[in-house]
Amino acid sequence: MHPVVKTVLERLALGLATLFFVSLIIFSAIEMLPGDFGQAILGQAALPETVAAFRAELGLDKPAYIRYFDWALGAIQGDLGTSFSGRNASGADRSAEVVDKIAPRLWNTLFLASMAAIIAVPLSLILGILTALYRNSFFDRSVNTATLTTISFPEFFVAYILILFFASLNQIFPSLANVDADTAFGERIYRTALPAFTLTLVIVAHMMRMTRAAIINLLASPYIQMAKLSGASQTEIIIKHALPNAWAPIATVIAFNLAYLVVGVVVVEVVFVYPGVGQLMVDAVRTRDIPVVQGCALIFAVTYILLNLLADIIGIVTNPRLLHPK
Amino acid sequence: MKNKKENSTLLQIKNLKIEGFSDERWHKIIKGVDLELKRGEVLGLIGESGAGKSTLGLAAMGYTQPGCRITGGKIVFDGIELTKLTDYEKRKYWGNRMTYVAQSAAASFNPAHRLINQTTESTIRAGLKKQNEAFDEARALYDALNLPDASTIGERYPHQVSGGQLQRIMTAMAMSPNPDLIVFDEPTTALDVTTQVEVLAAMRDIVKTYGTAAIYITHDLSVVAQMADRIKVLRYGEEVEEAMTRKMLKSPKEDYTKSLWSVRSIQKPEEKSKDTILEVENVDAFYGSFHVLKNINIKLPLGRTVALVGESGSGKSTVARVITGLLEPKAGCVKFKNSELPSSLKGRTKDELQKIQMIYQMADVAMNPKQTVYDIISRPASFFAGFTGNNLRKRVIELLEQIDLDESFIDRYPSELSGGQKQRICIARALAANPEVIICDEVTSALDQIVQEGILKLLGRLQKELNLSYIFITHDIATVKAISDEVVVMNEGEVVEQGLKSEIFAPPHPEYTELLLSSVPEMDPDWLTDLLNARNS
Repeated sequence: MHPVVKTVLERLALGLATLFFVSLIIFSAIEMLPGDFGQAILGQAALPETVAAFRAELGLDKPAYIRYFDWALGAIQGDLGTSFSGRNASGADRSAEVVDKIAPRLWNTLFLASMAAIIAVPLSLILGILTALYRNSFFDRSVNTATLTTISFPEFFVAYILILFFASLNQIFPSLANVDADTAFGERIYRTALPAFTLTLVIVAHMMRMTRAAIINLLASPYIQMAKLSGASQTEIIIKHALPNAWAPIATVIAFNLAYLVVGVVVVEVVFVYPGVGQLMVDAVRTRDIPVVQGCALIFAVTYILLNLLADIIGIVTNPRLLHPK
Repeated sequence: MKNKKENSTLLQIKNLKIEGFSDERWHKIIKGVDLELKRGEVLGLIGESGAGKSTLGLAAMGYTQPGCRITGGKIVFDGIELTKLTDYEKRKYWGNRMTYVAQSAAASFNPAHRLINQTTESTIRAGLKKQNEAFDEARALYDALNLPDASTIGERYPHQVSGGQLQRIMTAMAMSPNPDLIVFDEPTTALDVTTQVEVLAAMRDIVKTYGTAAIYITHDLSVVAQMADRIKVLRYGEEVEEAMTRKMLKSPKEDYTKSLWSVRSIQKPEEKSKDTILEVENVDAFYGSFHVLKNINIKLPLGRTVALVGESGSGKSTVARVITGLLEPKAGCVKFKNSELPSSLKGRTKDELQKIQMIYQMADVAMNPKQTVYDIISRPASFFAGFTGNNLRKRVIELLEQIDLDESFIDRYPSELSGGQKQRICIARALAANPEVIICDEVTSALDQIVQEGILKLLGRLQKELNLSYIFITHDIATVKAISDEVVVMNEGEVVEQGLKSEIFAPPHPEYTELLLSSVPEMDPDWLTDLLNARNS
């Protein structure tokens, strides 16, 4: 087997093991949440028998490890259980499958994340390369200062500033990003523009600075001096000689930021009233809707693991020592 | 451009001055040097580290390293004044009419690209040839440089070929655009002697065949003797003297030039010893599944020096690791005064640890930069020898005096010492433990000739005064001759032969010893030619 395939498979297995441990942690963390769902829904006045019956119906009376295996086995088959919400004291059951609750939200989140990524990743790479090329110039300093400024402000502040300039003072984009399943594609892009810009401003600095640093770090290498002495221009040196050796650290930082776009954007969702997974999870925690919380947490974990795996693979295939062994 | 008449001047440097910026100020690196090079001529630039020879070599191409600036003088290449050109204008000449061969080929090739693409990059960029034409010629050059699989080796990546091969491919890269001038910057310094011979021969032939002018930079006079028509000696950024190679070797004028091969003048008469202090018996050792040492037997006579000689990868340093307990052997044992030492470091008592000390090649990295000389030396003196308080300080001063340094060094940090002083501090640190055996691992390899001589003399004197026994690991035959009583020749994890110095250096030799000894360059300018003739016949 080619060593690269072997390494990738190893990483994949390691990712699965990580996922297993993370699922354990998610489950136990939620076990440790204070309060009782039955009590919370039925109210303080409910008879203990009623609460017990309600718990039995939801399966909350079973021991924790059995509930974990039920949940984990279901999750492997794509079934994250049934949401607790929608039930009430009168016994009416309007509860939905967790998957059905999460799916449209996840689609929204991924849509927003992709939009932000499509703008931010090329932008940071280009800015990173240009600032490396014209390092210590006025251009370099201004880009660095600007990106550091945007990353230093809290997200909601950046969001409100954008709303102020692009929705209130100049009515270019809507200030609310309320989309649903029926929203047309073009309309969707239009409505999510401001949240996407906000996220772009938040993540560009990190990726751009890493690109710049990774390239500049290589410029002291003897092979860069060799390239200079063979008549290569600055642009050629950066693009052809430095960048191919700099992908591994850059990919890691990009993966980290993309994962953030999926799992960490609840503040931006709230500001723009955007129906994403982040808000869903926060709501679920508030209402003690445990299956939904678990489902969201698991999806976040998968996102992190997959993106980091991808960064690892990029690191491996751009390293000729691994790709072309002796 | 090739047809210009022979013997016309190609390069003329006049009163060149270069400064470099470090420690917050500008230092003079080149202090007004003149240099002239005719077409097809090879000039050797020789000097110790810090002499400015690399800076001068790069300046010949109109290039200065980042942090350096030309403050005066002229560099005229084929009628063009290079100091007046911008980098953009000079790029037309770099990799086209002038090329560069760097010291470390392994670091100077881009790990991300195939060798043939790097070999032909500048030729294609300059528009001298089309890609397939340039590739064909590169393969022809590989063949001319005696590279194996010349037709396919270019498809490989830098990490897939050996150091000696890389160095030849870099020569092919420099030859590819058929330049007027090549600057060779210590191209064989990082290579083993047996590899060096092949690379030197390949470089010399190709330069002659193409009639290319070259500047050959090295600190090794015997290497430059093989390569250069004319030699220029540099010191502290100034010219010491310049002469035709044969004349320079026969009758150097300046004392400094004479001192450059002073190590070769130390000769220690060998002495026998009846008692054995340390013995390595039937040792087999592995790194993972790699068999590094194969049934090694070495005896160290009391109060004598055994030199462990071999090329990189022969397992010499691994022997040191086994003796000190850093690496546990799979089989065999180490005996100190006829009693077996525990094989692992953890199993040894303080007493056993104290008896064997080590000195390393890189004195810089063997010392904690945040500790003063006192901290460095006092630690083993208190830990092993039990000195405390005022006595400890007295002991440290005494040790400093033993290595010819005085009390004023006691509060200095390693960064405030020269290379030779650092190595002396490392020797004092080893002595502080009151050892009986000291293992010296390439302790003079990173030092200049004159400093080497001082260290070797010091080690010799200490041996007599303290009745120390040394295991001296080195790849340099001149050093072996200078210090050893007995010699162990190692190759690929095996002992090729062991015996008294006089026996080992006297023919007949086993095949490997013969190859190793004959590959050591000699001061004779005909040495390489004679050697190749002898080997081919």
